[in-house]
Amino acid sequence: MHPAPFAYKAAHSVEEALELLRSHEDAKILAGGQSLIPALKLRLTQPAMLIDISKISSLRGIRRENGKLIIGSGTTHREIEKSSLVAEASPLLASLAPQIGDVQVRHRGTFGGSLAHADPAGDWPAAALAVDAELVIAGAHGTRTVHASDFFTGMLSTVINADELLTEIRVPGEGTPGIYLKHRNAASGYATVGVAVTATHNHGRIGTVSIAVTGATPVAFRASAAEHALTGHAVSAHLLDEAASHAADGLECLSDIHAPAAYRAQLVKVMVRRALGKLLHA
Amino acid sequence: MEETHVGISVEVNGRPHRSTVEPRTLLVDYLRDDLGLTGTHIGCDTGQCGACTVIVDGQSVKSCMVLAVQADGAHVRTVEGLAQDGRYHAVQQGFWEKHGLQCGFCTPGFMMQSVQILEDNPDPSDQEIRDALEGNLCRCTGYQNIVEAVKAAGATIRSGAETMALGTGVGA
Repeated sequence: MHPAPFAYKAAHSVEEALELLRSHEDAKILAGGQSLIPALKLRLTQPAMLIDISKISSLRGIRRENGKLIIGSGTTHREIEKSSLVAEASPLLASLAPQIGDVQVRHRGTFGGSLAHADPAGDWPAAALAVDAELVIAGAHGTRTVHASDFFTGMLSTVINADELLTEIRVPGEGTPGIYLKHRNAASGYATVGVAVTATHNHGRIGTVSIAVTGATPVAFRASAAEHALTGHAVSAHLLDEAASHAADGLECLSDIHAPAAYRAQLVKVMVRRALGKLLHA
Repeated sequence: MEETHVGISVEVNGRPHRSTVEPRTLLVDYLRDDLGLTGTHIGCDTGQCGACTVIVDGQSVKSCMVLAVQADGAHVRTVEGLAQDGRYHAVQQGFWEKHGLQCGFCTPGFMMQSVQILEDNPDPSDQEIRDALEGNLCRCTGYQNIVEAVKAAGATIRSGAETMALGTGVGA
């Protein structure tokens, strides 16, 4: 399979990438290409030009600043998976990274690319929502910061405008316990349903808890009813059962050849229960 | 109007190449069609099977999901570059000794990913090997002997033992 023809330019700075975006209509950003290149080959998308940002070194890297973990949008899944800093500062991200695709895909695919692509079955959107990540978007007039809760606007769409670029993602870095669990599509490895959970607890009582779900609906979401059912309560198997039973309340789930909507809704409850049980040992 | 062809410089198995390619050229097609290195196979062509796995700047990739232009300035290793100085790579020997293949179609990709595994960690556990081979599919022999092959190759590498000379054992 071959993509339709397109022009190609490698940008060497964020400014150059933004300038290319402004001066070319119908241009698309190429980062790791692990979603875009298959889509180009299937001719699901036929942009006139690709702007390669993978050679922009400032977009790559992981550091901690003022208690936050700052991850460049061009950082690969594999770099996150192997980062001892991430393991210490964000157990949820460290738990999720090795579950994406396979080693070869993780060598190329990027954190920012996955978030900007906003695939309903992508893994990172759940984590971004669970930790309420801040996404830094660069444009002609400087940068703006958007919370994950405002970032995803629909299936495969985000608030990033056509002339903007996601440059870095900031997540809390104080090591809050967290875990990502997914029911993988056996062929593709994508999440039929994936659940990201973080929770603090003190003397057997749950402090703050966040539960985010991907794969089930057009856009990843926070399971607020389940979160409310847990906050402040003593951990018990019964409490987790009860909370998880509300995880799919009011959901309109996706339906496709892999899983009908009712099955996805059931999976949401099951996967939330399992993730909570694993994280809270109940 | 943008240029329809782009010049790239790529080092493949230690040999420098300068080429002019269409931006839409996939790395696997560049290797096979432009450079004649047909050891890298196209299996599913959708990023699932891993038959096209090569190593770009020390990282295994599925070359059907990388553009040739993205490899500009990179060092690429393919299955043709595994044997060195008249001797098989330990991974090639491991696949031969442990019968890690049947029809052989997936084997170049499996071997390149196995090289990556052992360069990351020359003494991986069975589970680590299986996890790291997740992106490679074999449709005839199953995975047991492939895991054995990687373990045998790891043992060879760790021991520093000399591998078989090219041609030895083939057809024996």
